[in-house]
Amino acid sequence: MADIRLADEREAPPRPLRRHLLGVSDLQRADVTRILDTAATLSRSLEREVKKLPALRGRLVVNLFYESSTRTLSSFDLAAKRLSADTMSVRSSGSSVDKGESLKDTAVTLAAYDPDVIVIRHPQIGAPQLVASVTGAHVVNAGDGKHQHPTQALLDLHTMQQALGRLEGLHVAIVGDVLHSRVARSLIEALALVGARSTLVAPPTLIPRGIEAMGCETTSDIAAVASADVIYVLRMQQERMLAGAAYVPSLREYTALWGITPERVRPGQVVMHPGPMNRGVEIDPRVADSEAALITSQVRSGLVVRMAVLYDLLTSGPVEVPVALEVA
Amino acid sequence: MTLFSRTGVPDTLTIRGARVIDPAGGLDQALDVTVEDGIITRLEPAADAARGLVLAPAFIDPHVHLRTPGREDEETIATGTAAAAAGGYCAILAMPNTDPVVDSAAVLGALVELAREEAVVPTGFMGSISKGLRGEELTEMAELAALGAVAFTDDGHPVTSAGLLRRALQYSAVAHRKLALHEEEPTLSRDGQMHEGAVSAELGLAGWPAVAESTMIGRDLGLAAYEQRPLHIMHLSASVSVEAVRAAKARGVAVTAEVTPHHLCLTDEAVRTLDTNVKMNPPLRTESDRAALLEGLRDGTICCVATDHAPHARHEKEAPFEEAPFGVTGLETAFAALYTTLVEPGALPLPTLLERMSAGPARAFGLPVPRIAEGETANLVLLDLEAQWRVTEDGFRSRSVNSWLLGRTLKGAVVKTVAGGRVVHAL
Repeated sequence: MADIRLADEREAPPRPLRRHLLGVSDLQRADVTRILDTAATLSRSLEREVKKLPALRGRLVVNLFYESSTRTLSSFDLAAKRLSADTMSVRSSGSSVDKGESLKDTAVTLAAYDPDVIVIRHPQIGAPQLVASVTGAHVVNAGDGKHQHPTQALLDLHTMQQALGRLEGLHVAIVGDVLHSRVARSLIEALALVGARSTLVAPPTLIPRGIEAMGCETTSDIAAVASADVIYVLRMQQERMLAGAAYVPSLREYTALWGITPERVRPGQVVMHPGPMNRGVEIDPRVADSEAALITSQVRSGLVVRMAVLYDLLTSGPVEVPVALEVA
Repeated sequence: MTLFSRTGVPDTLTIRGARVIDPAGGLDQALDVTVEDGIITRLEPAADAARGLVLAPAFIDPHVHLRTPGREDEETIATGTAAAAAGGYCAILAMPNTDPVVDSAAVLGALVELAREEAVVPTGFMGSISKGLRGEELTEMAELAALGAVAFTDDGHPVTSAGLLRRALQYSAVAHRKLALHEEEPTLSRDGQMHEGAVSAELGLAGWPAVAESTMIGRDLGLAAYEQRPLHIMHLSASVSVEAVRAAKARGVAVTAEVTPHHLCLTDEAVRTLDTNVKMNPPLRTESDRAALLEGLRDGTICCVATDHAPHARHEKEAPFEEAPFGVTGLETAFAALYTTLVEPGALPLPTLLERMSAGPARAFGLPVPRIAEGETANLVLLDLEAQWRVTEDGFRSRSVNSWLLGRTLKGAVVKTVAGGRVVHAL
């Protein structure tokens, strides 16, 4: 078992007083590499009998969630606990938010406890920026409206790297409702950052006009997935497809034209999905449960990548990884 | 039509050595200007030219939200007109989308009374086209006009029904007033937070496409031509809209149009900051749209600069971008923003800007054109083009501080404003 030693923060050189992860644009390629390296190292710690590391002992991580969430909230919470940080979760229901408290006031109230990190999920774009501007904490965006979900993109990169051994030069087909997807926006940006290529495959009504400027290709032809290394399936948000919205005539027709069925997956391709899935809509259950699907790996990656992000924000430098001596 | 303000004693003063520019009269020379009891009595060649000082006809803003009645926490007639005075304005037109809406004689009458007590700068009021801005029934335009309504608008909302707009065009002839239109096809702009394009695609903000404005402008210019009625198009934002107005004018449609300082100075790239002070309706668009608006202002297709001064409470703007209301303030910064961004770099001649901020809007709404000539009532703005100043929250006379210019340094300051023969602002 690898010996994992985390850099002692007391010996660390000073860093900027505040750093945030509000979007993928806060990252440079070297940051992504460092975080993914840290995640790989941390994942080995999770193979040990005692899974807890002391790295963030005495630190406070507040999870402020204004939207329902299973995997993101649970993985941030567990990530903080695995690093020995104290955690506190505040949800919009059952809190002062129910009484009409503004986001600013809630953030300022929580900031009075002097948290090191505030992880925020909010249905509105710009909420993390607001929290960052009114508190002294490091802010991590865990999803703001249709804008960004940077830790999802990082965990997706981690999953691809683990499964395919590389990121540079990969071709990823992102299939489905790009228009309403923060996951897609973060992923397109992150893929471009690491030198991978992305193609959006969706009904024309669900491709945001002008998105090609982010460095991706777009098409409505499902056959385009054939040339990809990764088929990344987006959740079809049923509530957005109700009568009147008119993005697609019916889910039935959507599934017929863009659903990922076994026939549309070529041997050697892997399939990913950020969850929660609508089985039988955007993804056929036979694909979701196949060997090609990396969906549970994504959840596991979520934990280590979020540990790595918290670690990276609160401490300095890379995790110390013992270098294996190569003998010629 | 009438403007209303506090009464007071007219002033007597002499402004020496400024470069006097009156585009409407073709005047551009260094003069000493004497005002006696509010009337310009003498223009004499200046003995000494004062460096950087320009004296021009004071500005007229055809598009101001005074938030009164209903949101006096955001602006009052007193604070809004003080802001106008500080910005060099001698007249402003207030929008009717207040609470209650200015759609009845009772509401307008109360506002007129208030303006007579509080307005530092002569203020005109627009009445709404439809009752309650609901787009269903016409207001009593003749009665409102008799009480002083300068024009009619449902600003803040489009007149969605083409049928109702046609009736409004027809009926406004009875009131001898023009309609001013906020152009937005609501099923195309629905939920839109910013211009639809590469930046909105990246940010995930719902797009408000340029075609939602130009589609509605096309419809309304067609109706105006058919009914042979004049029309004023508010806050143009898109290149296609400028093109539509230019083509209609060439066909002989009596259309006037306005543009805001923020649409002339900013593009949707500014929204990347998610600063709620760049959230406005219509939204900031692309560089080619900005260039087309500037060209339209230069060639006269667009005859007015209008601030669309839209004060908002601090706590409402201190919210996530999507939750924040649309609109920014502008009265106190309009000239300096445009001078700094367009005139000084050579993109817009100073006399053109001065014309579009004064004579242009006056003619569009049938108000007296402020002139610098002997015998005219003094409506003057004295500008110091060399002065630099920083836009800060505590510098505003407006009750709200939602300016897109906060923290920036601008060149060009309003040193003195004379409105209706009275000095209403002096640095």
